Amino acid sequence: MDIIVVGLSHKTAPVSVRETVAFPPEAMQAPLEQMLALSQVSEAIIVSTCNRVELYAVSTNGAAATVQLKQFLADYHQIPLDTLESHLYVIQGEEAIRHVFNVTSSLDSMVIGEPQILGQIKTSYGYAAEHKTAGLILNRFLHKAFSVAKRVRTETNIAGNAVSVSFAAVELARKIFGSIEGKTVLLIGAGEMCELAAKHFVNNGVTRVLVTNRTFSRAEKLAAEFSGQPVLFENFHDHLHQADIVLSSTGATSFVIEADQVQAALKQRKNRPMFYIDIAVPRDIDPRVNNVNNVYLYDVDDLQGVVNANLKERHKEAEQAHEIVEHEIGQFQSWMAGLDVVPTIVALRQQIETLRQAELEKTFANLKHLSGSDRKAIIAMSSALTNKILHPPTKALKQAQKDSDAQQYVDALQVLFDLKIGAPEGKLKAVESD
Amino acid sequence: MDVNILLFKLTLVVYAVATSLYLFSVVVNRPGSDRCGRWSLMVAFFIHTVTLITRFVEAGYTPVTNLHESFSFFAWTLAGTFLLVDRRLRMAVLAATTSTIILVLMLFGSLMPMQVQDLNPVLDSFWLPIHISFSFLGNAVFTVAFVAAIFYLMQERMLKSKKFSALYYRLPSLDTLDMINYRCLTFGFPLMTMGIISGAVWAEMSWGTYWSWDPKETWALITWFIYAALLHGRLTTGWRGRRAAILAIVGFIFVLFTFVGVNMLLPGLHSYTSMAG
Repeated sequence: MDIIVVGLSHKTAPVSVRETVAFPPEAMQAPLEQMLALSQVSEAIIVSTCNRVELYAVSTNGAAATVQLKQFLADYHQIPLDTLESHLYVIQGEEAIRHVFNVTSSLDSMVIGEPQILGQIKTSYGYAAEHKTAGLILNRFLHKAFSVAKRVRTETNIAGNAVSVSFAAVELARKIFGSIEGKTVLLIGAGEMCELAAKHFVNNGVTRVLVTNRTFSRAEKLAAEFSGQPVLFENFHDHLHQADIVLSSTGATSFVIEADQVQAALKQRKNRPMFYIDIAVPRDIDPRVNNVNNVYLYDVDDLQGVVNANLKERHKEAEQAHEIVEHEIGQFQSWMAGLDVVPTIVALRQQIETLRQAELEKTFANLKHLSGSDRKAIIAMSSALTNKILHPPTKALKQAQKDSDAQQYVDALQVLFDLKIGAPEGKLKAVESD
Repeated sequence: MDVNILLFKLTLVVYAVATSLYLFSVVVNRPGSDRCGRWSLMVAFFIHTVTLITRFVEAGYTPVTNLHESFSFFAWTLAGTFLLVDRRLRMAVLAATTSTIILVLMLFGSLMPMQVQDLNPVLDSFWLPIHISFSFLGNAVFTVAFVAAIFYLMQERMLKSKKFSALYYRLPSLDTLDMINYRCLTFGFPLMTMGIISGAVWAEMSWGTYWSWDPKETWALITWFIYAALLHGRLTTGWRGRRAAILAIVGFIFVLFTFVGVNMLLPGLHSYTSMAG
């Protein structure tokens, strides 16, 4: 019984290939059912995001299932397998567990730590659950993967630092002001980036927005959007001292804000720090502004630099996350091993055999007059009886394993016959030493 | 060996444990990883308090009359002050640095002669604990301000130059660090002022004059003026950030010199605590 992953991702296939094999979310039932109908596949989940398409399957014959899964992916999308083959990866067993844990924990993502992937996998699993194509193993497997992702998120700082330029600006502001709650933002110009960054600031607690633009009507329009206050471009410098954060992206070819103007504004606001963000190219703000005490100026390149540094930091955190994943793989594997029916059969037979021996001894102790052949006959009878009793459950267990729903029988037998298999190792040892 | 000396050594060990745990939590940088450090620091502070009480009982006077006792008492006030600050701010980097300073103070204290000596009759006064408590508490608060100022400057440098080291991700915001600077100033300055005034009153009673320009007094006064200037600048002209941080560092250097340097280099009326004991 093995978990198999067949698929492709941003790491192995360009978007032109990925889009040809994508599964639209509104029509998941057909592919899921077709996949489950494959003779070697006993459970099926399909994950389809813009960065990856993956089939998760359970099978007793990995090699045969792999061939079927690849063919299914090609056939379903009506493209020749040859064009797909080189982009596909096939992962089985422990590696497959590791892969899926990494994917849900966002360790395999294009931007490590991005938060969407977990939701996407949850949705994919939802389809499989809805159409009942995920069985005992994949149900347990995916739930485990979700809990691993949660652990990674809470125990590492993998999603800790901003990896987009506009969010990096918000984080820098937090590093300067502590909290940006109640701060004032001045928007100069109305570039798209500028607007996006302003939105981030407003969503994160900035309460007052001033907007200025050479075309006053545009300033008014944008100000209305943030329920802010439009300011005439000609005298926005008079309002500079009110702003804690200044976002600038005009089309001006010369500096809109000079260092001495900033100096004056700072004096007016008693040196309370100011954060200037210059998203314009060519730049709007004199770089010397950064030299003014308590003033911090970041241009586009600076912000990109912050993003890159944060990405590096995420990669460091990923190492920690991999340790968590490794630990959880071990746990899941021992659960998988418990699914195997052989130890249960052995334990059951041993249990019965012990009882038989004990009862024979007791009987012979009371019936000392029996001849040797009598004793042999009794032994043979007891042995035949126990074998006949044990035959149907053994057969049923083996069949159940093939249908991969053995767990319920294993559990039941353990309780009914007080069997000690499947217990944690420590417990097992304690029993043996009794 | 006296019980208080045994306890002192135990305190030293627990401070060392707290410092290591804090340093470890800075390295791993996980939320909540500084919990063990905080608990050990609290335990250390508690044992330290017991140590001081024991020494008070064994010696029969407030144990701040020689260098061993002074270092120990200073470490104790610093630990107490920091635990108060830490209740609200919870910052592993500040905690690790402060507990390292505490540990160093304790190590210095352990290198000095530790035996209880007979009390110099001049010091046998109820003014001793009053004068010393105000002065040392003021120093402890200024030490916290100094630590915050150092980190302020480091972080400000990184934000200006846009080059971020691993420390950047572990530091609180500039605003928080500046606020610590301000809060410490508003608490430390009155404490220091009370220390100087109580000293002057005591001097009048024992030496017959409020002020005699002995080196400790002179340097304390210079230090007082530095912090007075900083407080004035903050309240009136809006000195903050970098300038306030630099002044807090300069002020602390003077605090250090007044506390230790004067005793070692400039003999005067306050020389009860010179190296000779």
